[in-house]
Amino acid sequence: MSFSNEQLERYSRHIILKEVGVKGQKKLLNAKVLIIGAGGLGAPCAMYLAATGVGTIGIADADEVDLSNLQRQIIHATEDVGKPKVQSAKETINKMNPDVTVNTYHEFVSSENIMKIIKDYDFIIDGTDNFPAKFLINDACVMAKKPFCHAGIIRFQGQLMTYVPEKGPCYRCVFKEPPPKDAVPTCKQAGVIGAMGGIIGSLQAMEAIKYITGTGELLTGYLLTFNALKMEFRKIKLPKPNGKCAVCGENPSITELIDYEQAECNGV
Amino acid sequence: MAEYKITDTIDITDVNCPITFVKTKVALDELDEGEILKVHMNSGEPAQNVPRSLKEEGHEILEFTQNDDGTYDLLVRKAGD
Repeated sequence: MSFSNEQLERYSRHIILKEVGVKGQKKLLNAKVLIIGAGGLGAPCAMYLAATGVGTIGIADADEVDLSNLQRQIIHATEDVGKPKVQSAKETINKMNPDVTVNTYHEFVSSENIMKIIKDYDFIIDGTDNFPAKFLINDACVMAKKPFCHAGIIRFQGQLMTYVPEKGPCYRCVFKEPPPKDAVPTCKQAGVIGAMGGIIGSLQAMEAIKYITGTGELLTGYLLTFNALKMEFRKIKLPKPNGKCAVCGENPSITELIDYEQAECNGV
Repeated sequence: MAEYKITDTIDITDVNCPITFVKTKVALDELDEGEILKVHMNSGEPAQNVPRSLKEEGHEILEFTQNDDGTYDLLVRKAGD
């Protein structure tokens, strides 16, 4: 493929970067990234990936836009309330960048559909708001050998880590299994500062861009946490996989996907 | 300049910074390592920035000469990735 004059101008700030350049921008335009959850994390992540020129963006979300989402889910506008989030997100991306093809999945991911949905993508973004979905995404990505970036946000805190097959621990290596239902407050109960999704979701977009372009060091083997009240980032080195993980270990006990019971929460 | 075998020539006098360097990079991307690109550019910002940016990316500037009309011709040898 060769760039049009519009593309040269649109992506000029990328192309002049040594670490991206012509080849990197082409890789981005040929890349396919799936974002699961078009909420607090998925909204800014999808917007940066769209602006970046990731050629194919998939968005999976079963919910409709609610007025209470708009304080942080910046891909949706007031007029979108009531619309499926995937539709609203697609319309915003189409307005931002005509180079991007958007695939929408207006459904909850489950053990039934997730393998089929992630199959065609190069990188997956976990922008979900609940533990069952996070473990499902992890296990599916481990089984399908897909790289993904996990993140979670609550109140004034956020965290993220990146899994790349064979390159470091998976989410289950670190967190083992979902906490008991109702042991941990959801965002709906606990609240979350809107800009937190912007910070952590943008960091997820950065991980996807670095993975696609093969630039720099990913958060594989590290958990990055952010405390906005103290304005502190911590990059925590994680233990190397010891081969005993229930899903990515040498003799995994989890060989089929699990639909854990879902705690009530309407949309991070 | 006759001593060098020029693989491709581009004219970036019709664009402004940073598209000058963008177009140069796109043209270089089409070349193989060791091949030579000739870039025709205006004086001022392009003449200041394009050679410097190419050097920063590891390419070799072979010649950089001013023409009678004030424009510049640059010969650059492409480095490997």
